[in-house]
Amino acid sequence: MKRAIWGATSLAVLSVAQIALSERKVQKANANASFVEVPVVAKSWQNPYAGQVAATLAGKKLYQRHCAACHSQEGRRGEKAPDLRSPVVQKAAPGTLFWYLKNGNLRAGMPSWSRLPDQQLWQIVAYLQTLR
Amino acid sequence: MPPREEALRSLWRFALIFTSFPVCLMAGERPYFVTYDHHMEEPGNLEVALNPVLGIPKNGNGFLGGTTELEYGVKGWWTTELYLDAQTTRRDSTVFTGFRWENRFRLLMGEHWINPVLYMEFENINAADKAMKEIVGLGPEEEHAERNAETRAEKELEIETKLILSSNYRGWNVSENFIAEKNLSNEPWEFGYAFGVSRPLAMAASPQPCNFCRENFRAGVEFYGGLGDWHRLTFSGSSQYVAPVLSWELANGITLRISPAFGLTERSHRALVRFSMSYEVPGFGRRVRNLFP
Repeated sequence: MKRAIWGATSLAVLSVAQIALSERKVQKANANASFVEVPVVAKSWQNPYAGQVAATLAGKKLYQRHCAACHSQEGRRGEKAPDLRSPVVQKAAPGTLFWYLKNGNLRAGMPSWSRLPDQQLWQIVAYLQTLR
Repeated sequence: MPPREEALRSLWRFALIFTSFPVCLMAGERPYFVTYDHHMEEPGNLEVALNPVLGIPKNGNGFLGGTTELEYGVKGWWTTELYLDAQTTRRDSTVFTGFRWENRFRLLMGEHWINPVLYMEFENINAADKAMKEIVGLGPEEEHAERNAETRAEKELEIETKLILSSNYRGWNVSENFIAEKNLSNEPWEFGYAFGVSRPLAMAASPQPCNFCRENFRAGVEFYGGLGDWHRLTFSGSSQYVAPVLSWELANGITLRISPAFGLTERSHRALVRFSMSYEVPGFGRRVRNLFP
């Protein structure tokens, strides 16, 4: 029993050190938004909710729930996330944003949001395009 | 005030506090209890979860096992978790049964038709463990009938690996896990599996903030069980379960899950009832880093 408790405690201490180190690296990455990896075909995808106020409101709700912790409530540049009001993001095609949300950029720290249904991703895209 | 009424009032108070946490984020927890999908914890976030399981065995005393889970997103493609296990058995005792340390690595960076994830876990538990996080070999049910005083003396240092294959299609998630576990003492490899399918009750989100909107609920079913060991592969001779699952993601970042599981074979327990409550702490890594300027 004592050995197990000691083991768990040592593991917890090691984990905290690991977290502190890994977080330093994460912050260096993802300073700017870039859609280099997005396939060309994605640019032609149209947002089925484009221009729908209800969808934009739903997108705002989803954004606040899933995205605001890193990107801030207003979409401004965070410590480890790019500015969503920047021209790079705002001029991106809806399909590009959709693809990026769905696939993420795991190496740079942007998670994949494929767990959300496509409809919700499009709602987030509709909201993102109102941030300018 | 009668004790029962007082207990009810406390429960209400707890529920009120619980549901009025400040709004913060979060990612949805997977609806499954045993099956893993390919979704990782967001980098820098910590998820704290309590996962009790109520066991109703055919032989032996009922029990409440469970894990306290700390899940951290190290990278977008790497999630690490620490589990602390304990259990209490009716007409017996309450014991801490050990810890597990697991790591999951996404093998492909983008989203594909099938997304493979490699899972590695080290377990330092004893045979009294009743968390039933997965089923391997013939299943742990026979040991559950023994007294804690006997089983807790039996140490189990184990390595567990899983190949997780998971797909998302039109809101549905289909996940398959192939499990191989090796006790580090001289025992053969044991095998198991888990399979889960789920989808949200609504695909599009409603515009107004709400806790009871259909998109906050995810329903599905999972199957899991043992497949025997290196010397004897078996399906019907091991314990097997079918378990409907339901998860409810509250707007304040808490996810609640419930899953009654029903034993399908002679070796299985009659039923298991699993619960889970999880809460995600955003930017935990950043806060830890700030402690070490």
